[in-house]
Amino acid sequence: MTTRAFQKVYTKIDNITKATITLRATGVGNDELATVGGKLAQVVKIMGENVTLQVFAGTEGLATNSEVVFHGEAPKLRVSDNLAGRFFNAYGEPLEGGEPIEGEAREIGGPTVNPFRRLQPSELIATGIAGIDLNNTIVSGQKIPFFADPDQPYNAVMANVALRAKADKIILGGMGLTNDDFLYFKQVFENAGALDRIVSFVNTTENPPVERLLVPDMALTAAEYFAVDKGEKVLVLLTDMTLYADALAIVSNRMDQIPSKDSMPGSLYSDLAKIYEKAVQLPNGGSITIIAVTTLSGGDITHAIPDNTGYITEGQLFLRNDSDTGKVIVDPFRSLSRLKQLVIGKKTREDHPQVMNACVRLYADAANAKTKLENGFDLSDYDERALQFAHDYSEKLLAIDVNIEIEQMLDTAWTLFGKYFSKDEVAIKAELIEKYWKA
Amino acid sequence: MKTLGRVNGIISNIVIVKADGAVGQNEICYVYCGDTRMMAEVIKVIGDDAYVQVYDSTRGLKIGDKVEFMGHMLEATLAPGLLSRNYDGLQNDLEKMDGLFIARGSITEPIDFERKWEYTPLANVGDKVTAGDWLGQVKEQWVDHKIMVPFVMQGTYTVKSLTPAGEYKVTDTIAVLADKDGNEYNVTMVQKWPVKTPIRCYVEKPRPSRVMETGVRAIDTFNPIAEGGTGFIPGPFGAGKTVLQHAISKQAEADVIIIVACGERANEVVEIFAEFPELIDSRTGHKLMERTIIICNTSNMPVAARETSVYTGMTIGEYYRAMGLKVLVMADSTSRWAQALREMSNRLEELPGQDAFPMDLSAIIAGFYARTGLVKLNNGQTGSVTFLGTVSPAGGNLKEPVTESTKKAARCFYALSQGRADSKRYPAIDPLDSYSKYLEYPEVASYLDEHIGKDWVSKVYEGKTIVQRGKEANDQINILGDDGVPIEYHERFWKSELLDFVILQQDAFDSIDANCPIERQKMMYEMVLDVCHKSFSFTDFEACSRYFKGLINLFRQMNYSEWQSEKFFDYKRQIEESVSNQLSK
Repeated sequence: MTTRAFQKVYTKIDNITKATITLRATGVGNDELATVGGKLAQVVKIMGENVTLQVFAGTEGLATNSEVVFHGEAPKLRVSDNLAGRFFNAYGEPLEGGEPIEGEAREIGGPTVNPFRRLQPSELIATGIAGIDLNNTIVSGQKIPFFADPDQPYNAVMANVALRAKADKIILGGMGLTNDDFLYFKQVFENAGALDRIVSFVNTTENPPVERLLVPDMALTAAEYFAVDKGEKVLVLLTDMTLYADALAIVSNRMDQIPSKDSMPGSLYSDLAKIYEKAVQLPNGGSITIIAVTTLSGGDITHAIPDNTGYITEGQLFLRNDSDTGKVIVDPFRSLSRLKQLVIGKKTREDHPQVMNACVRLYADAANAKTKLENGFDLSDYDERALQFAHDYSEKLLAIDVNIEIEQMLDTAWTLFGKYFSKDEVAIKAELIEKYWKA
Repeated sequence: MKTLGRVNGIISNIVIVKADGAVGQNEICYVYCGDTRMMAEVIKVIGDDAYVQVYDSTRGLKIGDKVEFMGHMLEATLAPGLLSRNYDGLQNDLEKMDGLFIARGSITEPIDFERKWEYTPLANVGDKVTAGDWLGQVKEQWVDHKIMVPFVMQGTYTVKSLTPAGEYKVTDTIAVLADKDGNEYNVTMVQKWPVKTPIRCYVEKPRPSRVMETGVRAIDTFNPIAEGGTGFIPGPFGAGKTVLQHAISKQAEADVIIIVACGERANEVVEIFAEFPELIDSRTGHKLMERTIIICNTSNMPVAARETSVYTGMTIGEYYRAMGLKVLVMADSTSRWAQALREMSNRLEELPGQDAFPMDLSAIIAGFYARTGLVKLNNGQTGSVTFLGTVSPAGGNLKEPVTESTKKAARCFYALSQGRADSKRYPAIDPLDSYSKYLEYPEVASYLDEHIGKDWVSKVYEGKTIVQRGKEANDQINILGDDGVPIEYHERFWKSELLDFVILQQDAFDSIDANCPIERQKMMYEMVLDVCHKSFSFTDFEACSRYFKGLINLFRQMNYSEWQSEKFFDYKRQIEESVSNQLSK
């Protein structure tokens, strides 16, 4: 950014830490942007004359006489239809050259939608994956993360979901994405001929971590443009939110804040909620649906990041390697879509809720049988049948490579019930048994 | 003269203000950012510096910006017309706000000042009255909304004159009161009260003695909550806290329900907005929304207002209690409120307690829960505020500060267990960990004897023993194997499963099973106990499990059938037949 005539230039920095600088300045607004020695920074604290700024790219190489220029405004993104098909960095600048976007400059991290003006989400988003559609149906306006270990193919599954879901726009917010994964996304979208529906804001592992803090707000400002102004159905993909939270922790640590659980800032819940709550079903038909990734360490969901996320999002999807079938499945026990009740049995066939529950219950019986087997006990006839059912259920329905319609999923479930169980063992309402039972 | 000030420091939503005069703790002030006027509350004063928490985003705020102190604490507006409204944490009416987004500094009136109400006086000229006494009433929805002597008026007054029955606005004078020195005061239908101060206009607060019906079997039958009592629902995410709270808010036997959505998901509130205007309260035949007030400060709304939202809800609850009504206040989730306190305390650089929560967290929670209760009003009538809060323990660990502090303050504990939720046993209220202290109250026991059946409490404890013994039997089976234990162990286990599936589990999404009136609960519970008293004969353990699965299925079909319908009795007959065929000879 070039200096404008009326802007005051400061050249004396008092304090420099790894991520922040402090200097004496006047007339500065909270949250305002500044350029510090050519690097972008944001005001995070003002005490009288002392202004503290967080330098996104880190303070390496800054000197006490580096030039500080205040921009007089909070971070903004220029929005227009031309965003589609483009790749941007965390500041909203086009990657790989290309013309900058012309359009209205909007502040990122803008205000909240009045809850009273929201509509209840009611539109099913079909993905073809039964572990999602059958057990954990996703609805437009929902926010849901994948909880996955770093070795699981979460980015691939997410890309798949994004392409199958019939969204008008897909907005990718990549935080700490490896360059390989970034290229993977690009290639998958390109191969699907979907590039013109996609807007990407990417911070890769090669970029400074604190820059990541801007990515979700950039992505969601673009999403709000398409959903609110254009009435489009927008799907936002955020990966990986754990790295976003880590960046929050870095900044709060540098500002000497008292950490709470797992060295995370005390405001982690509110910080994450501000992002996820942008998911919305609007009265004009537009919607923002957020699918995120939160990587876990060793499957531990009690860590502050997945824990706070779970309390904010409307469910979570767990990926697990199933040793019986050798496939990656969507774990039916730990996954949950809170909004599924709004569509299952209403937008889908009437037997959906009960079939879904019966499947999971029987799968739980199989898990018990397996424990018994491991402890060296004899299995009953029922146990044997439950185990066989579990194998088929895992292979034909839970595996992430399944791609069928929801009716087919239900029919498959009934076929499995008929094959392995008696009518009273599945414990479904009598009327439904009569109608759908497959002997 | 109002005290004025200038902004002298900004750390997120904490602003340090240099004040030119007296400043009170918890005083409200307005911070001006350009044309926007944002509400804030004083939370600490050091010398001339007032530390205020701004109920909005401080983006763009500058050093030297103007601040105006208001000379009073944050107050709720109390008047006819609160029912069916949707407020934010500061009692702004969300419905009245323009635009899709909540603009910064949006302030809307909590009630309609133009509307006229059909008013009838209740007091007489010459009556001696004190704060909280009823002067008259208006019909608000179907509630007799009492117009009371304002709570702030201390001492005894004489009614000088009363406005005759007729249609009036809330700001019209409906009575003139005189104090002992002859000073006269005009009373209108609207009054204000600081939300963080309890309303204490009652004679006494006796121990709760009546049970509040919720239609949820695991609560009413197993761990009932008393009218005027307190309870809390801790549980990891996904355990069904919100579904349970919504079920209670739809079904509870209360005159007024106040739902505080405190730092939770907006879509959950939207669900209430969408459903409640449609749903009918089966007890009164009125729309649910007519008795409901929603205070909605979702997780993305300003943190400081989140802290206030629970107090706003409680104050409105106490206001309706003073009219002799049964009020249920629910907050989802009180952990978010505690986290808001933590964020503030953190920014004030206070020395932290456990998990970085403020040291006085326990006292704050206890003080809040203490505002509930059954009260005897000045005129001998009773009113009550029952409070049910959810707690979202970090990592599902019940040994964290919010859960522990709440456990000391609340009398009912409904622990939602991850294990039950994983196996889809909803509501996931753990039958062994959960408790209701009210079962130990002799007043409550005699109430239950009278309203449900003789020796009801001992029957409840019997059920708990069945669950306990079933669990022990199951542990033995898991250690020794199916064949390694006598068949009686299997029978014992399956009897507890029967109780679990038929009584403890309930389908909140089934139109019939969702709400189970106490009469029906009694019948089902006694039928289950009856089966548990019998001894059966089985050839082997597989026959035992097969039999009970079939029996459970019949009972569940009965739960799904309309109360006392032909189908209902048909399943009952089938159960009785099945039981008598399987009895040991």
